[in-house]
Amino acid sequence: MTIAQVERDHRASIETTSETAPSVAPAGLRLRGVEKTFGKNRVLRGIDLFVPAGQFLAIVGKSGCGKSTLLRLLVGLDQQTGGTIAFEDGQGQEIAPNSRIVFQEPRLLPWFDVADNVGVGLGDGVARADARRRGEAALAEVQLSDKAKEWPSRLSGGQRQRVALARALVSRPGLLALDEPLGALDALTRISMQALLARVWQELGFTAVLVTHDVTEAVHLADRVIVLDEGRIIRDIAVPQPHPRHHGDASLAKIEGQLLEAILGER
Amino acid sequence: MSILDIQGPARTFGADKPKTFRLPKVDADRLLPFVVPVALVGLWQAGSSFGFISDRIMPSPLAVLSAFWQEAASGDLGHNILVSGARALAGLAVGGSIGFLLGIVNGLSRLSERLTDTTLQMVRTIPHLALIPLVILWFGIGEEAKLFLTALGVLFPVYLNTYHGVRNVDRDLIEMGRIYGMGRWSLFRKVIFPGALPSIFVGLRYALGIMWLTLIVSETIAASSGIGYMANNAREFMMTDIVVLALVIYALLGKLADVVARALERWALSWNPAYQR
Ligand SMILES: Nc1ncnc2c1ncn2[C@@H]1O[C@H](COP(=O)(O)OP(=O)(O)O)[C@@H](O)[C@H]1O
Ligand SMILES: [Mg+2]
Repeated sequence: MTIAQVERDHRASIETTSETAPSVAPAGLRLRGVEKTFGKNRVLRGIDLFVPAGQFLAIVGKSGCGKSTLLRLLVGLDQQTGGTIAFEDGQGQEIAPNSRIVFQEPRLLPWFDVADNVGVGLGDGVARADARRRGEAALAEVQLSDKAKEWPSRLSGGQRQRVALARALVSRPGLLALDEPLGALDALTRISMQALLARVWQELGFTAVLVTHDVTEAVHLADRVIVLDEGRIIRDIAVPQPHPRHHGDASLAKIEGQLLEAILGER
Repeated sequence: MSILDIQGPARTFGADKPKTFRLPKVDADRLLPFVVPVALVGLWQAGSSFGFISDRIMPSPLAVLSAFWQEAASGDLGHNILVSGARALAGLAVGGSIGFLLGIVNGLSRLSERLTDTTLQMVRTIPHLALIPLVILWFGIGEEAKLFLTALGVLFPVYLNTYHGVRNVDRDLIEMGRIYGMGRWSLFRKVIFPGALPSIFVGLRYALGIMWLTLIVSETIAASSGIGYMANNAREFMMTDIVVLALVIYALLGKLADVVARALERWALSWNPAYQR
């Protein structure tokens, strides 16, 4: 990949907000007939979806059903081949996209310490000292203040993913997309990271779209879960239970059952 | 722990007892690499002293040492070292910069890579020392000839490794930079250059070896100052001690360059677990 290509491609807008801002103006999402084809492969086949500002949406589905593709469209990493994607504020007014994405791999710069890595999330225009200071504030939100001067290579997998989360959140995006962010972590770390995600989402109030292959995780975290199958939404289930939720809750287990049935059954 | 301790640790004795004798604490592990060279020099000196090795063929280490004193005292040695060192650095600076820039540009730009890489790969296959006759015809035996050859020699290892370093930067990191709105310069400075740096250092250290090699050869063939000239001049007067002294100086300069490059590398790559202690 050349720099010129990189230049040509989409550049996510950088929202500069004060580091003291306790919460975010969450972005709502409106998708109309979104299509994505790679050559002859129709990966997304007409997605209609409205995500109200501040909602926590989870997307589940079989491997290869188009979850990552959809997420990349939402954050502008790729262009849809049909349909429209619009961002709006809580009042339904259209706003400029302001989103961030966290991947399964943390994608930290190994040659920057943790605070500088988080500072990357603020974009080019911010002076280094300022970026570090705000980076350290964001690290506190993910309970990693004591690692500000550490090299990423010295951190555990869970800690690295928390740094990636802090980097995504430091600019206070209205939408946070998460593509199997906990997929590479061990079961216990995953549970504590789920608690952290739930807490950060409640504190900062952004809209969250989480792709996961773990139905339990989806039901535990999200307000609403959609099931994707061959590029279509085949199920849309609300999870009304209040937060904090407990693992092993019977009503959640019931929803989980419905979801699994949808994913595995309908063909 | 040192294997040179004559007695066990001092604290096993009562506090009122006299201190046990100990050799100064030396890290035996650090000395180990020097055992063989020191033994060889000792054998060499013994061979010379007892007349097994003729002075014509190989002067004794002590003779080399005295040649060193003589040359150093007259100021010739210092002058020649400075001249050779300056030539080496100039060649490295010119060839290294060209190789580095070409590597960066070709690593980043498909157009430039298509345009120049094949040509560079073709030129690279010619041993640069084979150009000596031509270079002498072009430049005579002046400084330009040596600068040209040294620069040409270091250019390719620096080019190749810089190019590969840039090409192999983690694409996920480049995409990350793009997501976070990094501009061209920022992407280069924060992602591409540091990502390519380990490979660039490999090229640099390889280039240092070629730099000395080229300089030795070209100074021996065509020069009126420098270490290579000193050795070649001494050959005409059968002064084997000075010839060997020149070899020793080359070895020391080569080692010095490598030590500096390694230190620079350890400092610049301190983020890399491979360089952390
Ligand atoms: N850049 C691409 N080029 C071609 N095909 C792609 C590309 N990205 C994804 N696909 C195809 O799109 C389909 C869905 O992929 P993806 O969205 O990654 O699925 P998942 O639901 O597992 O995240 C797969 O068949 C994959 O091969
Ligand atoms: Mg995926």
